[in-house]
Amino acid sequence: MSSLFAFTLLGLFTGAAYAIMASGLVLTYTTTRVFNIAHGAFGMFLSFVFWDFTQRQGVPTVLSLILVLGVVAPAIGWFVQRFVTRGLGEGPVSVALVVTVGLLVGLIGLAQQIWPPEPRVLLPFWSDTGWRIGDTYVTAHQLVTLLCAIAVAFGLYLLLSRTRIGTAMRASVDNPELLKLFGGKPDRVAALSWAIGMSLAALGGILLTPVVQLDYYALTLLVINAYAAAMLGRLKSLPMTFAGAMTLGILESWAVGYLPTDGFLASLRPVIPALFLFAIVVLMPQAQLRIGQVKGIVTAPVPSLRMSIGSGSGLLLVALLLVNLVAPNQVVLIGVAATYAMVMLSLVLLTGYGGHVSLAQFTFAGVGALAYAKLDEPNLFGLLVSALIAAAVGALVALPVLRLTGLYLALSTMAFAVLMDKVVFNADFAFKFNGTLAAERLSILGLRIGSDTSYVWFMVLAFVLLSLGLLVLRRGALGRLLIAMRDSPSACGTLGLDMRWFRVGLFALSAGIAGLAGGLFAGLRGTVGAADFLYFQSLLVLLLAVVFGATSVTGALLGGVALMLLPEFQAASPGMAGLLFAVIGFGAVLLGRDPNGIANHLFRVGRWLRARVAPGLEGRLQGLLPRGGTADGADGAVDVPLVDVPLADVSGGPDGGAAGTRVIEKVV
Amino acid sequence: MALLEVDDIVVRFGGVTAVNRATFTADRGVITGLIGPNGAGKTTCFNVITGLQRPTKGRVRYRDRDVTGWPVHRRARHGVGRTFQRLEAFGSLSVRDNVRVAHEIHGGPLTWLGGSLIGRRGTGRGGGVDLLLDRVGIAEYADERADSIPTGTARLLELARCLAGDPQLLLLDEPSSGLDETETDAFGRLLVDLAAEGCSILMVEHDMDLVMSVCHDIHVLDFGEIIASGAPADIRTDPNVQRAYLGYAETDGDTGVLEPVAQEVLS
Repeated sequence: MSSLFAFTLLGLFTGAAYAIMASGLVLTYTTTRVFNIAHGAFGMFLSFVFWDFTQRQGVPTVLSLILVLGVVAPAIGWFVQRFVTRGLGEGPVSVALVVTVGLLVGLIGLAQQIWPPEPRVLLPFWSDTGWRIGDTYVTAHQLVTLLCAIAVAFGLYLLLSRTRIGTAMRASVDNPELLKLFGGKPDRVAALSWAIGMSLAALGGILLTPVVQLDYYALTLLVINAYAAAMLGRLKSLPMTFAGAMTLGILESWAVGYLPTDGFLASLRPVIPALFLFAIVVLMPQAQLRIGQVKGIVTAPVPSLRMSIGSGSGLLLVALLLVNLVAPNQVVLIGVAATYAMVMLSLVLLTGYGGHVSLAQFTFAGVGALAYAKLDEPNLFGLLVSALIAAAVGALVALPVLRLTGLYLALSTMAFAVLMDKVVFNADFAFKFNGTLAAERLSILGLRIGSDTSYVWFMVLAFVLLSLGLLVLRRGALGRLLIAMRDSPSACGTLGLDMRWFRVGLFALSAGIAGLAGGLFAGLRGTVGAADFLYFQSLLVLLLAVVFGATSVTGALLGGVALMLLPEFQAASPGMAGLLFAVIGFGAVLLGRDPNGIANHLFRVGRWLRARVAPGLEGRLQGLLPRGGTADGADGAVDVPLVDVPLADVSGGPDGGAAGTRVIEKVV
Repeated sequence: MALLEVDDIVVRFGGVTAVNRATFTADRGVITGLIGPNGAGKTTCFNVITGLQRPTKGRVRYRDRDVTGWPVHRRARHGVGRTFQRLEAFGSLSVRDNVRVAHEIHGGPLTWLGGSLIGRRGTGRGGGVDLLLDRVGIAEYADERADSIPTGTARLLELARCLAGDPQLLLLDEPSSGLDETETDAFGRLLVDLAAEGCSILMVEHDMDLVMSVCHDIHVLDFGEIIASGAPADIRTDPNVQRAYLGYAETDGDTGVLEPVAQEVLS
């Protein structure tokens, strides 16, 4: 009995710190509709700042705390709200998520660059003080944590219920429209809530550092604990968030106390937040559709079938040349790029067309790879089954979120990715801890694709076939429905579409494509292990897919190549490893608002070239130029060649390339 | 016999009561108006009827069945269609594809597969689609992107999209805003025709001329409460209604009869 009391008490202390962090997350989300998935990363970064002040600069602890919480954090919060996340709340959830994932990755990179990895210790407050309560020892730090949580709860209560701006904040929680209607100032509310939110992230991070260590990733991942707690209050209610945080803290503490110290159950400890989150998601009531939110997004053009086949053949030709020309050790790199490109293709379907975000796409590739290695059926059948297994797992992740909105899906995927990374992939029935599994390259009709060159070329072929399939789907009725659901879920609902199963199907298909890529990747490597499918990789996949263009197949291809090159660059200059993450992360912050990415700009260059420079070369260059074509918005409808581009008929019939330019120039 | 019965609906957002014990009906085959100043809770009522907003209290009955707990799509499948005050057109699709999607949603999965195989040139049901565009008078915009057309046209597009689903009850949220006088007249005739074909219409509208000329019944909502219900002639002279509108007018430094004030204040 007394040990139960002790563990519960310890849990309350951790829960208090979670509550502080989670309340900041809820505050920023409810007032600005931007879910800051980098909340933990900001906490991490500011904890490092605090360490820097106290340990390196020698500023007294209390003064450092005041500086970090009262000056640095609010300033960062204000800056981020003003220059990064402003206006994101009214846009699609996917854009806000990508931008904040960009912040997350960028902050990790920046922290690594400023404070290179080395053991750092941040001592608890008054580390030598403590009291004995019964047979439990309570440290001063724990007491401080609890007092801070109480102060935060009380302070937020006063702010929200006793001040004018607090009332405005509460109003914007329920109905942002009402706030404007009654003359509230959304900008001031937003700036204030981000400033406070950032201070709370910092305080939570600093208080938890003695528990989880001053580590880039562990502190960043605390955001999962925070949002798991917040979900109990549907990301809205602060009292429920506090309750969720305390429950989570106690559950974790009990897990330490009562789960066996070895075996599979023991490995569950670090993923209690993820499990807690799934349990809550299952129990949550049906969400309501949002109205008046997203307008049409200009997406990259969809090429005509002829053009896609032409470009695909061109790519296959280039790949054939490359695999025979480059050094043998680089052939495999092309295969790695093809893997990433295929995984990004699954994001083109899910994010580019469907408007949903997955933070676990590379994890699904891992599921595919695991299934392929375990099945030991190195043929098309085995590959297909692996993809189906990945799809089934994808459906399983999406099912609990069936009744909820896209944000919950994205948040669940991150928890899922961490769960797979930390537990399932390391389990004895999977890759085993630090272990690997062998995977044989597949044979088709009894013909084994053994050599690196032929296997890599086969992977490029798989990419091309998947792309063609995706484009056929996009041009058809299903593609139209996907776009319609992305543009206005409420309109789809009021027209009679039950989007719940559609969403699960979409997510499963996307996971299946990623799984297929994973199966092929396993064959490429020969041996695969849990270390190949870290959750962080999924974040990079998402960011690069969006930066290079999540709405086009070309974007996936470019993104795949870029992600393959990333570790090569990092290996070439280890001192810049963090900086590269920062560049990618903050690059995504800058470019994430336009999911068409770099690819779309290339399309414009391509069209410009075709129109101005080389009319005669057009026919010959067609396969090599980036794919352009009809405007997404008017697919099927712009079969009218426009007069101002005389080459429209040369480029393979009236594919309306000009209309694409027109529409895009108009809106961008 | 009422097709739709809204019974004692209450909707609260935090401290604000958007709709307070509203009770009204819409009859079969006629046009019913729902009017009131901005922020009176009209759109919230529509959201409750279509299932986009759960009421804090109260019931919605449609065709004598309690549909309060039904999800949005189920109500739509049973013939409740709506347009939106803040446009919900599929902005990145063409006008024609907007209606085509509605057709495909209405037709079910088999039409999707057919469309996929036919591909971008598929016009399997395109004929019907173009007829609908023609009927609401926006055929000339068929190939434009839906987010590039004028607001008034987009409202008509939303109407065409609804009609593709063959609704029995049509909820129109400020359908005439953005239309000029001639277009509004044509629109009024279209509504009367639709009603004559047996489609019941419930309309939130600020153009009092239109409301008074086409509506069979009118309900007036003010601060979330129904303050008057009746035929247009009765509403015109109802003291409560006059007060509600004139009360607003005074703060704007304007007075006068109901119609011009209402238009002045609410446009």
